[in-house]
This record gives sequence, structure tokens and C-alpha cells, in this order.
Amino acid sequence: MSVGLTEYLTVAVVLFVIGFVGVLIRKNTLVIYMCLELMLVASTIAFVAFSRFNGTMDGNVFVFFILTVAAAEVAVGLAIIVALFRRRQTVQVEELNALKN
Amino acid sequence: MADILFYIFAAMTIGSAVAVVINPNAVNSALAFLVGLLGVSGLFVLLDSFLLAVLMILVYAGAVVALFLFIIMLLDMQGGERKPFSRPTAVAGFIGAALLAVCATSLLQGIGALETAEAGSAIGVGANLKHYADQLFTTYLLPVQVVGFLLLIAMLGVIVLSKKFEGLEDIK
Repeated sequence: MSVGLTEYLTVAVVLFVIGFVGVLIRKNTLVIYMCLELMLVASTIAFVAFSRFNGTMDGNVFVFFILTVAAAEVAVGLAIIVALFRRRQTVQVEELNALKN
Repeated sequence: MADILFYIFAAMTIGSAVAVVINPNAVNSALAFLVGLLGVSGLFVLLDSFLLAVLMILVYAGAVVALFLFIIMLLDMQGGERKPFSRPTAVAGFIGAALLAVCATSLLQGIGALETAEAGSAIGVGANLKHYADQLFTTYLLPVQVVGFLLLIAMLGVIVLSKKFEGLEDIK
């Protein structure tokens, strides 16, 4: 059986769900951030696969933009995490409960 | 041959994604993320998007993972001090499994429709660099400009966030 669109989409879906579960169950902010990136990468796989199998260019161009936005997002997010660590001395989400109660 | 490569790269990607999630050490997670990105890049090559494969290595594996490792080193986190599974974690795992089930069901329902969109053996449009230029500088000219401004704003924001303002310390 030849590899088609379905197989690529399956990989994208599985990768997205793994990233989602990671965001939900991990306690370390940096690892949560990595799992968010994993979800972005999963969406890019779906984009490129659709683009390839439909013979259009738009999916590839969108992945271009996703890469750019992801790079900007990582820079800002990590700066926020560093600023947070400076004030609170922790990056574990269960200790960042200033809004609780 | 391409099919075998697909399964190798797919297993590499998913296996390292699982390793990112279950690894208690943040450094190991970042390195597993790196391996996963290499697998994704291989998948892009199989999809004839050579430029995106190279960009994936350059931007993600080169810049993003290096930044992650740098921050992990800067914050100096040792180990994960993982606690045993709590009730919220179990609920979260259940939600994730439910999401996977929904995705799998919709995928299985759509298989018949997807097979009609079959690609020929011809090389994909993503292989040609000229197509990128045609699209980026005609149809997507405004988004390109917007993304450029986004990068500039992100750079300024990072500088402001990471700079220590002496006068502001007492306000905090």
C-alpha cells in the first residue's frame, strides 16, 4: 500500500495529540512550551501534506508564515519565562498560583 | 523505498514526541524535540518541500532548540521532581485520549473522500523555489510585510522584557 495523504494526516494528528497531552500533564513551563511547539509542527505537517496532494502552493507558503510566527513566539515566550523566574524563582506551574483564591 | 523512509521518519517523529512528554528531565526533552524535528524535516523532504525542510532545520533545530537549551541552562533546573499522578493529571490524560479518539474517528470517516485527492507521481509544486517567490511577492505581499513587522515588534518586546529597569523596581 502506497503512502498517501491519510498516512501523513495520521502522523500530524498523533503528533498534535501528543503535544496536547504534554501541555496538559507536564508541570515544567519550558516543557509545556516545547509541547506547544510540537502542536505547531504537527499543523505544519498537515499543511504541507495537503499542499502536496492538492497540487497547490498555498499550504507551503502558510508553513513559511507559521515558521516565522513560531520563531517570534518562542523568543517572546522564553523572555517572559525568564522574567517570571527572576521574580518567583520557579518555573513549575503548580507553584505559580498567585491568582488562586 | 519512499514508503519505508516515510515509516522510519514517522516513527522517529512520534517516538521522540512521546519522549518529550514523558521525559522528567528538561534537557532530555529538548534533545528529543530536536530528533523529532529532524524526523519532521525528513517528512517534508518526502513531500517534495525541500526549502521548508531546510528552513525547519535552520529555524527550529538551529535557533529554537538552541534557545530552549540556553534558557534551561540559564534557569539551572535539575531533574523534574515529578510528583505521582494526581487527579487533574488523570483527567488531563483522559481529555487527551478523547481528543485522539475524535481525531481518529473523523480521519477514518474522511478516508474515502481523501483518496480521491490523489497526487500524481509528478514532483510537487513545493519543490520549485520560483513558486515561493511568485506567491510571496504577489498574493501574499501584505502578510509578508505584516510578518516582518511582527518580527520587529517581537524583537523590541524581548528587549523590553529582559532589560532590568532600575527605576521600576520599587514600583513593583
